[in-house]
Amino acid sequence: MAQEQKQPRRSSQDETTTEEVAETDVAERKEMIDEDVDAILDEIDEVLESNAEDFVKSFIQKGGQ
Amino acid sequence: MSVRRVMGTEVEYGISVQGQPTANPMVASSQVVNAYASSTAKARRARWDFEEESPLRDARGFDMARQVADPTQLTDEDFGLANVILTNGARLYVDHAHPEYSSPEVTTPLDVVRWEKAGEQVMLDASRMAAQVPGTAPILLYKNNTDNKGASYGAHENYLMRRSTQFAEIVRHLTPFFVSRQVVTGAGRVGIGQDGRDTTPERGFQVSQRSDYFEVEVGLETTLKRPIINTRDEPHADPAVYRRLHVILGDANLAEISIYLKVGTTSLVLAMIEDGFIDRDLSVEGAVRSLREVSHDPTLKHLLSLRDGRRLTAVQLQMEYLELARKYVEDRYGADADDQTVDVLARWESVLDRLERDPMECAEDLDWVAKLKLLQQYRDRDHLDWDDAKLHLIDLQYADVRPDKGLYHRLAGAGRIRRLLDDATIEAAMHDPPVDTRAYFRGRCLDKYADSVAAASWDSVIFDLPGRESLQRVPTIDPLRGTRAHVGELIDRSDSAQALVAAITR
Repeated sequence: MAQEQKQPRRSSQDETTTEEVAETDVAERKEMIDEDVDAILDEIDEVLESNAEDFVKSFIQKGGQ
Repeated sequence: MSVRRVMGTEVEYGISVQGQPTANPMVASSQVVNAYASSTAKARRARWDFEEESPLRDARGFDMARQVADPTQLTDEDFGLANVILTNGARLYVDHAHPEYSSPEVTTPLDVVRWEKAGEQVMLDASRMAAQVPGTAPILLYKNNTDNKGASYGAHENYLMRRSTQFAEIVRHLTPFFVSRQVVTGAGRVGIGQDGRDTTPERGFQVSQRSDYFEVEVGLETTLKRPIINTRDEPHADPAVYRRLHVILGDANLAEISIYLKVGTTSLVLAMIEDGFIDRDLSVEGAVRSLREVSHDPTLKHLLSLRDGRRLTAVQLQMEYLELARKYVEDRYGADADDQTVDVLARWESVLDRLERDPMECAEDLDWVAKLKLLQQYRDRDHLDWDDAKLHLIDLQYADVRPDKGLYHRLAGAGRIRRLLDDATIEAAMHDPPVDTRAYFRGRCLDKYADSVAAASWDSVIFDLPGRESLQRVPTIDPLRGTRAHVGELIDRSDSAQALVAAITR
């Protein structure tokens, strides 16, 4: 039986954010979503390979099945 | 049947040597597989040192690896490419110019997820071990299907089916299902066309990694003129009773729910075909063209032309299959349907409903939507066109197997992609075989009697026993025998392979 195992967010700050959302107006909520998006993009910016163009160009495969 | 049947998957991984774009991929793939083979074979080598009377055994480390080759892969043997069977019953080897992991035989969709995800961890460990060899540049592995420069490599599914089912019926009912299932199973791709060069502003992203590489409806090929329905017929089981349906058009998925629904829904549709339950013709006009058109429209609004005159989106066509499957399960099992069959139906429906409303609602479940959402966020923030190298990099790096670099892993780690299994369950499956197929016998024998196993394949384990001149072959032709229920206790109490073989052949 498949059990849902959604991994918990790492910081307790996120939980607080979730509770607050219900009481905020739409504009504030949008601001929070924007901040959330910024946070994940910042995190991914840090791990993206440097020099995207060269990296993508040098990924050359032979065909398989 | 239900979602349950004997099945398994095979994934060829993309490979590159960091800083060396011209490195030979066969050599790099062999390094990866051999590094894993050597590190897991340490115990056996230590024991060989105690048994000096048998010089042949020294050579067997990689001979054995080669002998486990699937008979169709004898060309690999000519190259001397690495090839090992793992204690979880899987096969790890070099196929063409890619390292490949073939999962052990399992019987449920969730077990497909478990042993396929275990394969990702095997590949991760293998690449790390290869990097420890002095003078070796880091080797990077990607669970994807294309380099976006014209080359594609596969993530295949295998389903054991009744031989008595007419192949024409399989083709008729499975083709429309395959044309449309990518809205659930796609892994997402930046780039249109086989070489990915068509990146006109509004159509730079497509749903599937593989769809642009399919050129015919039915055929035997897997590397050229790829067919939507592959006709390879090599059951690795009694050919009078079974055929193995070899599915080659699927994407390599990282999201657990994508894998789970891919094999769960396909297995259900096959069950309906076997039982002659599909009473209508859902054939699509121009299947090959339609496959691409569906993939090229991530808004999922594209209308397919059915032979019966209707015009449906791919999601609506999937809903036709879902409705049939619901009726089928109700008709055959009623309230006795097993948990996973019920769960697959519920998730399938939920995903299709959301895709119909707004595909972005599936960003926590499905690979292609998770990837598209991330790409869209980058496009919005940095004002990037689809031909921007950064977007191509995100597409590629989504599939990086390393937990710190792979973007799928970063998203899942941050709770942005739902999972079905925890890490410990997956890690255990790197070593433990499934308990309910012959993979159990194969895996346990390799774990407990490594010294005495000369070779193994899907349908046999071959022992080299002291005092016997010829090798002793134990056939495992029935995929549902050799399970823990059949042989678990026997292996537990057999201290040696001699004792085991004596007990089996008595």
